[in-house]
Amino acid sequence: MSKDIRIRKGLDIKLVGEAEKITVDATRSNINAIRPDDFHGIVPKVMAKLGTEVKAGEPLFHSKANAKLLFPSPVSGEVVEIVRGAKRKILAFKILADKEQQYKDFGVKNVGTMSGEEVKDHLLASGCWPFIKQRPYDVIADPSIEPKAIYVSAYATAPLAASYDYILQGKELALQAAVTALSKMTPGSVHVSAGDLNSSPFAKLTDIQLHSVSGPHPAGNVSVQIANIDPINKGETVWVVTPQDLVIMGELLLTGKFNSERTIALVGSSVKTPKYYKTRIGAEVSTLVYDSGVKDENIRVISGDVLTGDNVKPDGHIGFYHNTVTVIPEGNDYEFFGWNKPIFNKISTSRALTFSWLFPNKKYELDTNTNGEHRAFVVTGNYEEVFPFDIYPLQLLKACVVNDLDAMEQLGMYEIAPEDFALTEFVCVSKQPHQQIVREGLDLMLKEIG
Amino acid sequence: MSLKNKLHQLKLKYKDKKMAPAFNALHTFLYLPNETTHSGGHVRAADDLKRTMNTVILALVPCLLFGIFNAGYQHYSAINGFPADFSLFEHFINWENFVLGAWTVLPLVIVSYGVGLAVEFLFAVIKGHEVEEGYLVTGMLVPLIVPIDIPLWMLAVAVVFGVVIGKEVFGGTGMNILNPALTIRAFLFFAYPTWMSGDKVWVHEAVERAGTADAISGETILGTLAQSNPVQFSISDMFYGYIPGSVGETSTLLILIGAAILIFTKVASWRIILSGFVGAALMGLLFNGVVDAGWISESSKFYGLMSTPFWQHLIIGSIAFGVVFMATDPVSGSQTNKGKWIYGFLIGFISILIRVFNPAYPEGVFLAILLMNVFAPTIDHYVVQGNIKKRMKRLKLKTA
Repeated sequence: MSKDIRIRKGLDIKLVGEAEKITVDATRSNINAIRPDDFHGIVPKVMAKLGTEVKAGEPLFHSKANAKLLFPSPVSGEVVEIVRGAKRKILAFKILADKEQQYKDFGVKNVGTMSGEEVKDHLLASGCWPFIKQRPYDVIADPSIEPKAIYVSAYATAPLAASYDYILQGKELALQAAVTALSKMTPGSVHVSAGDLNSSPFAKLTDIQLHSVSGPHPAGNVSVQIANIDPINKGETVWVVTPQDLVIMGELLLTGKFNSERTIALVGSSVKTPKYYKTRIGAEVSTLVYDSGVKDENIRVISGDVLTGDNVKPDGHIGFYHNTVTVIPEGNDYEFFGWNKPIFNKISTSRALTFSWLFPNKKYELDTNTNGEHRAFVVTGNYEEVFPFDIYPLQLLKACVVNDLDAMEQLGMYEIAPEDFALTEFVCVSKQPHQQIVREGLDLMLKEIG
Repeated sequence: MSLKNKLHQLKLKYKDKKMAPAFNALHTFLYLPNETTHSGGHVRAADDLKRTMNTVILALVPCLLFGIFNAGYQHYSAINGFPADFSLFEHFINWENFVLGAWTVLPLVIVSYGVGLAVEFLFAVIKGHEVEEGYLVTGMLVPLIVPIDIPLWMLAVAVVFGVVIGKEVFGGTGMNILNPALTIRAFLFFAYPTWMSGDKVWVHEAVERAGTADAISGETILGTLAQSNPVQFSISDMFYGYIPGSVGETSTLLILIGAAILIFTKVASWRIILSGFVGAALMGLLFNGVVDAGWISESSKFYGLMSTPFWQHLIIGSIAFGVVFMATDPVSGSQTNKGKWIYGFLIGFISILIRVFNPAYPEGVFLAILLMNVFAPTIDHYVVQGNIKKRMKRLKLKTA
């Protein structure tokens, strides 16, 4: 059954700096880095020690909890540095990339004849498993649990997000191989939600259930789509994969190579010429940022979109799951009487001397200022306007703050991920860190209830 | 070095010192701070708590200005008699009224803010948290909901009580159970009833002149009705607010303008305001029905208020002010949208109930709101339970 999902509640944050639809090859990155922190909750065990030569797809480390869960090197080259932080926690594996890439051969597979178990083993062995995440808890999928269904959101609504229809052009074969393989691992279906069913690269694929989705952000968030297609109940598990990761999985199955090549959108108001770049996972963001140039001196470089991405600094690397790099001005300056004067250059959902409601189509240059100090929860009713779930957001957040596991479970914690609270965090008058609160709540549940 | 940089240096100097919250409160009053996002969302919307509170104050300013002129107007009219052919600019907005009103009302505002903010700063310094903005609105509400001649020391004592017991003991703004402004009013009412009710306190100097040859009346419409006496004010007087009462709550017109501001800016919940008026009107209608059915005789002491047409209940007394500015406090009110309908409705409903059946004190709004403040978490609990039950049912359908 194909569904027509229409979302009304939400907020499209319109920003300056959308990527122009041209793709150029990025300068080759000298160093590619993989940060274990990208894989939430995974404690890494080093497999490729300092100085090891690895091929693309060979594992750098495995999960301490599950030795079969391998994390691949995105490029071939030498492991030149394993960056460690406090208590010797591993922060990053740095690989000096070869000029000529060498791929580990995992063998060409005929997806049609593979069984679910074979697909699973193949994805685990080739390091493609981390691309599969699960709900509840928003962590890498547990291979021992059979999911109710698998969901893919091919509709990007986050601010300045890369357009899936554009970056997936011509990848239909790889996508087909990947979704066919995924469909073997679940008794349910592979649900794909796309914005425009005619132009979507998923339009003609088989082995999927295609849904159309429309509305403001967070319509593109996969949790919103799951809630509308078949909500998650206690005890159920679903998997989610992003379309750009399907491409890598598909290519692995078709060619036997782990090819981490990815089309990344470089966006944001500080970027001179925002456009798409072809590069690899873990590449230095400077290879993109300095190619297109930046307008401001005081900038924040974000791997991901402005609502959920990571602050990576200009010398950082593109995250494992990201297909967007955003550069916006830092807002570490004071603003005279900024709390009471009329405001035209910032977005607001209220109309309290803020005038963004007058210009619904204006694009804004937001900086990273919080526009106010952290306070206790005071205002009520404004989260609900941007939160299209049948869940009480304020009550759920408070349950997380006080570590009330029963309340979290009852209020719908299994159905959401931190990214779903990005908009409530954006509009929060008390400037509370919603995503962090939810992440800590999910971690506690995973630890206590699992 | 610019002021901005000087203050920034001072902020760094005071960091982690005892006085930091006090300094930061003044600093953030002048400048939106330089804080940036760390994790999660890297951009934030323009509104902060200061802006939200500021909007409520803006919505209250018309009521305050009207209250200043009305203080003078009521005083002089009580002495000289009400003008026969009333003209707004000749009889109401004039220099005489303004001077007297400012002389009596502004001290209330100054004491309210001065004492309240002093307590807030003190607690912020002792407990080491930032000075929170909640009192900005409370401090403006308090002078508007007390009688004009309330002695300033009483107000000061009440403000200390209200801020400390009503708010700070619970952990400050956002944690309190009762509306702090109403806690202050409740304290005044029960501690100093002679200054908070009766037929003298609502007009300037009425108390002092009582028993002398110059005695003037200081009675509100509700007081008159409670004694089943004829009301000498016209409907338009009641709606525009040229009547005696607490300082800033008499003008229904300006309160409705305030409500429009609050609803348009999305600062207050339209659900509470609307359902509050509906609840009050319904209770009024019920009483009108009782009178029409002849179940109550004219000799009854409740007859005056019960026979008041239901819509007049909305424009006399402080029901409009209470529903628009006090019931909509997001901290002490219901927090769920469904709960807000119930919460608002019951406030209106119970206000009129208390108003009619408690002739010794013919206004029930503040008691009704305080009562519903206490019940708001219960209302929310059942609303949220409904959501939880829906989820449980879905699970049962699956497993069955």
